[in-house]
Formats: sequence, C-alpha cells, structure tokens
Amino acid sequence: MKPEAGQAGAVRKPFLRISDLTKMFGTFAALRDISLDIYEREFVCFLGPSGCGKTTLLRAIAGLDIQTSGRVEQAGTDISALPPSERDFGIVFQSYALFPNLTVKKNVAYGLQSRKATRAEIEARVAELLVLVGMPEQGDKYPAQLSGGQQQRVALARALATSPGLLLLDEPLSALDAKVRVHLRHEVKELQHKLGITTVMVTHDQEEALTMADRIVVMNQGVIEQVGTPLEIYRDPQTAFVADFIGTMNFVPGVVQGPGRVRVGQLDLTCQIDGLSQGTDVTVAVRPEDILVPEGKPVSENAFDARVGDMEFLGSFFRADLVAEAMGEHSLRADMSINIVRRLNLKQGDMLPVALPAERIRVFPGQ
Amino acid sequence: MASNAQAIATPAHTVRPQLSRDDRIMRGFILLVGVWMVVTVLLPLYFMLSKSLEDRGGDFVGLVNYAAYFSTPALFYSIGNSLTIAAVSTVFTISLAFVYAYALTRSCMIGKGTFRVIALVPLLAPSLLPAISFVYLFGNQGIIKGLLGGNTIYGPIGIVMGEVFYTFPHALMIMVVALATADGRLYEAAVSLRAGPVRTFFTVTLPGIKYGLISAVFVVFTLVITDFGIPKVIGGQYNVLATDIYKQVIGQQNFQMGAVVSVVLLIPAVAAFIADRIIQGRQTAALTSSSVAYEPKPRRSYDLAMTGYCALIGFMILGIVGMAAYASFVQFWPYNLTLVLKNYNFDVMDGGGWASFYNSLRMAAYTAVFGTAIIFTGAYMVEKARGFGAVRGGIQFLCILPMAVPGMVLGLAYIFFFNHPDNPLNFIYGTMAILVIVTITHFYTVSHLTAITALKQMDREFESVSSSLKVPFYKTFVRVTVPVCMPAILDVSIYLFVNAMTTVSAVIFLYSPDTALASVAALNMDDAGDIAPAAAMCMMIFYAAATVRILHVLATRGLARRTQAWRTR
Ligand SMILES: Nc1ncnc2c1ncn2[C@@H]1O[C@H](COP(=O)(O)OP(=O)(O)OP(=O)(O)O)[C@@H](O)[C@H]1O
Ligand SMILES: [Mg+2]
Repeated sequence: MKPEAGQAGAVRKPFLRISDLTKMFGTFAALRDISLDIYEREFVCFLGPSGCGKTTLLRAIAGLDIQTSGRVEQAGTDISALPPSERDFGIVFQSYALFPNLTVKKNVAYGLQSRKATRAEIEARVAELLVLVGMPEQGDKYPAQLSGGQQQRVALARALATSPGLLLLDEPLSALDAKVRVHLRHEVKELQHKLGITTVMVTHDQEEALTMADRIVVMNQGVIEQVGTPLEIYRDPQTAFVADFIGTMNFVPGVVQGPGRVRVGQLDLTCQIDGLSQGTDVTVAVRPEDILVPEGKPVSENAFDARVGDMEFLGSFFRADLVAEAMGEHSLRADMSINIVRRLNLKQGDMLPVALPAERIRVFPGQ
Repeated sequence: MASNAQAIATPAHTVRPQLSRDDRIMRGFILLVGVWMVVTVLLPLYFMLSKSLEDRGGDFVGLVNYAAYFSTPALFYSIGNSLTIAAVSTVFTISLAFVYAYALTRSCMIGKGTFRVIALVPLLAPSLLPAISFVYLFGNQGIIKGLLGGNTIYGPIGIVMGEVFYTFPHALMIMVVALATADGRLYEAAVSLRAGPVRTFFTVTLPGIKYGLISAVFVVFTLVITDFGIPKVIGGQYNVLATDIYKQVIGQQNFQMGAVVSVVLLIPAVAAFIADRIIQGRQTAALTSSSVAYEPKPRRSYDLAMTGYCALIGFMILGIVGMAAYASFVQFWPYNLTLVLKNYNFDVMDGGGWASFYNSLRMAAYTAVFGTAIIFTGAYMVEKARGFGAVRGGIQFLCILPMAVPGMVLGLAYIFFFNHPDNPLNFIYGTMAILVIVTITHFYTVSHLTAITALKQMDREFESVSSSLKVPFYKTFVRVTVPVCMPAILDVSIYLFVNAMTTVSAVIFLYSPDTALASVAALNMDDAGDIAPAAAMCMMIFYAAATVRILHVLATRGLARRTQAWRTR
C-alpha cells in the first residue's frame, strides 16, 4: 500500500483504517487479510467481479455483518466490534430501501426526527437536502411515484441528512438504465466533492469506477489485487487479473530471455521485467490501443509484420485481429484510428508492420 | 480453495461483536416468544406423553397403557377406521377440488368470481354443520335419503361426505395457487409439439402442480384424520381416533387412555407433516422468476361443461348450508314445517344458551387481537434479528410444530399441563384465557407463515437503514413494517377470528360453565337430541363468521384505496 496515496500527496493520517480483516461464512473465507487505508474526503471504489467480497467488506465497515477477525478504525477510534447504530456512516443500497409508505420528505427526515431538533429545523434541513439532490419539488410524493434515478437521489439525501462522516454506497447506480446512470455518476461525484464527505462505493462496473473514484480498490476472490488511482490501475496493472479485468488486454505466453528481454514465439521483445530470472514462463500483456502502426517511420524496437484478420468497426475506431507468423498461433487485437485505416487503405488480409512500445508491455509471472 | 483454507488457519484476534440496544431488546423479545412457545406447545405435549406412561395413580408404568390399548379391539380398530376415512375422503376431495380449480384457472367458464367465493363458504362453518345438514338430508327422516340406496348416513358414508364438504376449500385454495403459478409457456410448447390434451395433462399439467397437489393431499388427510365434529355428529357406531379420545376423557374419565389415543393420533398427523415438509423442501428450484401465466382460450363446449360442473358443486355447497339454515327455522321436523324462531331460543336449552354465542364472539375477538399481535411480533423478531441463529432456528421449528398437533390432542395436553396442581399457571385453567391461548396455538403455524411471507417481501435493508440513521428498530416496526404488512396482518386476524368461531376440537376439553362456546353448545345440543337448535347455533356461527369476512373485504378495499398512492401492486 502506498502511504502517500490520495490527491494531496503529503503523508496524512487515514480516516478509515482496515487491518488484517477476514470474514468467514462457515468455512468459506469471503475476505482474507484485507488491509486498506482510506483518507478523508476521498472517493474510493471497491471494484471486482461478482462474488469477490465487495459487499461483504462494505457491510463490515458499516458493522452490518461484522468481520470474523481484524480491525476497523474510523477517525482514530477502534470500531471493530461496534453495532451499526454506534458507528458514524450513511448508507445507500442498490435497492435504495426507501420506506414505501412514507413521503419523500418523511424518508429524508427519518434520521433527523430522533435527534433533538425542532420541527422547523427538520423541515429546513429536509428542504436543503432536496435542493442538494436536485428535487426540491417532489417532497410530497411517495417513492413508488418516482423514477429509479429520483428514488436513488432520495436515498442519497436520506443517508446524508444526519451529516455522517462516511458515506457508503453499494452499487447505487446499477439498477438504473444506462443513460440515467451516466448522468448520475457525475452528480454523485460532484455532490461528494462539494460536501467533502469520505465515500466508499461498491461497483462491478469498471467504467463507473474509473470515472468516479479518486482511488480504486480492485478485489478478487476475497483479496485486494491492487489499490491505486484510476490511471495507475489502467496504466500499470500489478497483476494479470487487474490487467484483464480493467479495460481490454492482449495476453500471450512468453519466456524470460535475460534482463529486459522476453521471447514470444520467435520474437525477442524488449520490455521492463522486475526480478524474474531467465527461463521463467511469463504472460506478456499489451493493450490494443498501445499497439503502434509506424506507417513507414523507422522503428527498431519490437517491430514485426502482421497479417490483418477480422476488422470490427467500434464507432470511433477499428479493432483488428493481427496475426504474426513470428508470434506463432497467437493473435493480437489492436485498435486503429479511422484515419490510419483510411490512409493505409487497410483491409482483411493485408500485411502491416507494427510495433509494441517497450514501456507499454507488461510482463506477469506464470502462463 | 485449499490455499484459501490455509490462509485463515491462524486467526488473528476474533472479533466479538458488541450488542446494540436494539439487539438486546430483540433478543429479549425472541426469548419471550421462545418461552411462550415452550409453555404453550412443548410442555403440554411433554405432559401428555408422560401421562400416557402413567397409571391412574400417577405412577410411571412404561408401556402398560399402550399394551392395554392394542389388546382392546374396540380401541385399536379405530386406527384402521381413521385411516380409511382419511384416505377415502382425501381421494374424493382432491379429485373434486382439482377439477374445480382447473375450471377456475384453465377455462373461460362464466362466473369465476362467484364460484370462487361459493367454494370458500365451508370455511365459515363449524365442521358440525355439514354433518347436521346430512342428518336432515339423508337421516332416518331425511328428504332425499332414497339417494343412499338403503345405506345409512350414520357411519363412514356420512363422515366421508361431511369431510369432503369441510376440506374442499382447503384443497381448492392450494390447487388454484399451484395451477395459477404453473408456467404458461410449457403449454404453448406442448401445443406447438402437437401433444394431445391427455398427453399434455400428464406430461405438463400434473408435473407442474406436483408440489401443490402433494401439499393439498397432506393438508386434507391431516384435517380429516384430526377432525372431531363430523364423526361425533354423524359417525354413529363407527369409531375414529378423534371421537375415541373424547369418549375416553369425557365418557369414561380415563385420562391415561385418552393420552394413549392422542399419541396414536399424533403419529399420522406428524408423519404427514414431516413428509410434506421434506417434499416441499425439494421444490425450491421448480419456480423460475420468468414464468408466464397461462391464458386460457375460449372453447365453447368445454367451458360450458366446466361451468356446469362448478354450478353442480356450488349448488351442493350452498344446498348443504341452506339445509341447515332452513332446518333451523322449522317447527318440528318433519311433521310440522312451519317456520318459527323457537330453535334460536337457546336460553331454554342445555348447552350454554346465547351466552355461549357471545362467549365465542369474545373469544374469537381476543384470539384475533392478541394472536395477531403475538404471532406477527414474534415472526418479525425471529425474521429480522441479527445473530442469535440457533435460538431463532429453534423457535422457527416450534412455530411450525402446532400444525402437526391435532386440536383434540392439544386440548387434552392443556388439561394435563395447565390443570397440574403444581403449575403456577394453574389459575388460567377454566378461564377465557386458556381458550384464547389454545386457539392461538392451534392456528399458530398458518398465521406465522403468512406473517413470515409478508416480512420476507419487505426490503431486507430497512433495518440496516434505520440502524445507520440511529432510529431504534421498534420505531421502524411501528412506522414502516406494520403499515406495509397491514394486508397480511388483516389476513392473519381474520383467519384467527373465523377459526376461533368454528373450532370445536381444541376447546372441547377446556371450556367451563362460564366460558361455554357456541360450537361446543351446538355439539352438546346435538348430543342431547336437539338437532334443530344445534343447526341454529351453527348458523349463528356461520353468520358471525360471514359478517366478519365481509367486513374484512371492505376493510381491505378501504385500505387499498387509502394506500394506493404508495403501494405499487
Ligand atoms: N450470508 C452469507 N452466507 C454465506 N456466504 C455468503 C454470505 N454473503 C456472501 N457470501 C459469499 O461471500 C462471497 C462474497 O459475497 P459479496 O456479496 O461480498 O460479493 P460481491 O463482491 O458484493 O458480489 P456482487 O457484485 O455479486 O454483489 C460470495 O461468494 C458469496 O456467495
Ligand atoms: Mg454486492
């Protein structure tokens, strides 16, 4: 883990500190030795495939399903064993869990009424929150009379009403249709930024995580694979799993030849290799958009000829299958701009010189 | 997964979650429910079991009573009788109800709504009512006794006919649900594969409703084998287990033998219950969420035949109730058919008079109010509490156990337990309270399952949200859970009320002169030969139950109108 993570760069004390957290369901370990620091005002996404333990970790932070072992500290105090009612958080569920028989206003005011506040104060706060989530006019409707997006805003307002120190969101956008989802991404992110509330959001949608998060926690089978900013995660995946899970990636098997050299088929590729000894079987990974078409410019590094296979038009670019004799039976998917395709008049069956920039190649141990 | 197990083999410090105030209150409630179930179900049954192993002096004698039972043909013949009656009645009820349910769901017959209501009419009557009607219809002076071809109605024929009437709506409701939820697409597939109607029936219809059918069989079988009212009134010399218990306890004051017969009766009831649970447990995968409802298409002659069939059954149901209604006004059957009200003059007859009717109303009202409160709150705690798994599991089991206990057995067990001189709860013996408690317990399971179903349909996270907002759970219970579950709560209370009005078996051993009940009064009047007043009392029960049912329908409609703004369905 990087202690200086977060935008500020300076070493800060974490707001939420999770250490060695394990959660067992019977003999099944849903979370194993999770350690993670989350800083104040940060927007962190838990990202991973279905069943990897994202919700379980979120519920442990909330105290809704307390971990089997390990610590959770919030704002410097150990809250590991505390019930949810004694922690400080607001939560939004995928189902929103709005109370169907209460109006929007009453839903939002639900957590305010038990606190010692006058009626006028409560009303003022509810009005303020409804403005904040952009639906000041809908206070007297019932949840069933609202659209999914509106319900989700109400759930957010209700969670924020008591000004909690931590906002937890479990796939808050996944029940919405695509357009509303994209729109709400920005709104939620903006709101979070404005309020400066530390936020943890669970999602299995990488696009959502990449666009919203300050830092992403990629999880797989109960462990954290990598923690980093969206760009770090995308550019510099630390494991084959992350490389595969985020974005699109070509994988081909190879063997380490020596320092900075790896062999794929008959090709010798230059790349960065950290601490893998000669002869190790590795997986070589490169993103489709990183495959270079030199167009006649001289490139000495990692250049080879490939035959163009299927070409798929994806709207703003083409994705082409490249088959290189030098690489054996493995093909690479490469993204090519419409311009290049037009300029070179590319079509299936053409031979094309391509290159793999050394700094864009990732090498993972094992095949 | 092997490395997975190793990684956690050395646990760090295990977290012991602290309990919140909510957790402690909920656990307190759960323990209360547990104590309640132990006192009202488990301990009485235990006392009854041990009573069956004692002699009259109260000393333990092992299986001596059982040996006596099985060496007395007059007693153990009843086992065969009971099983025969239950089996035959089940076959008739299931066949008749299946066609009726099929007509309601798979044809375009006319008057579906009306026929649905008519089929449920027997639920509003005590089981004595059909028996009394059959006496008038087929008895020695019956108006259509010729139809029996010289056979007597007093015996197995009468019992089976009565039981079919009494269990018909129970079987029908289950099968209508099963047929209505079967996947319609399978039929379209069958039609497109050109399967004939017979083949479609056996390859698609029957497998599709298998579980509903099995459930209906067990429900009917259990209802029949545990029923007391019908064999008591019309059984003549034909003894069954339920009437044997009554004879041993009331007739001969032989409580030990009563306990033995109870245990014998408990066995088939529990067996049916367990078998049903096991089979239903396998069902889970059968329903897919994408099932499409079947839409029957009009077919003239078929629809007409189905309408005719339902009309015939409906006519018989209404005829049976109508016969009792008519007979209750007749001056002196069959010699003077002048219509009079004298049979309603209950106060001049033995049995308890009008007071018994008012007692029944009170008892039913208390059962509905307290029963619903206890059952719904209990179901909520058991369903929504955090942790405490073993205790909750145990209580869940105790909540479905009463279904397996016949009313007679429960009543007798209550005598042994609550009338025990050392029982600190002894003081409720002979009061209204014990009648209410035994009735709540007798009908606990169905009510509990209704409540659980409603609670499961609520978002699981309501409690999570309110605890994150630091609102105590009981506020959310009052402000959200109860209003959202109000339809189910009304259903439970009406179910308890109607059953409390009509039940005989659970209360027959427990009423006192001050707390005589209408159904018991009807039974006693019939016993004393006052059949017309007995019919009159049955009709009073019927009217009361029907009135409350209608009120319930109106209340439900009103509720739906008031809450339609927030109810999506
Ligand atoms: N109450 C439970 N009992 C047993 N196993 C559970 C329980 N809750 C979760 N699990 C298991 O723990 C694992 C992690 O579940 P979790 O709900 O955290 O996944 P997730 O990452 O949120 O997935 P999704 O994207 O599908 O929501 C899964 O394999 C799940 O089956
Ligand atoms: Mg999840």
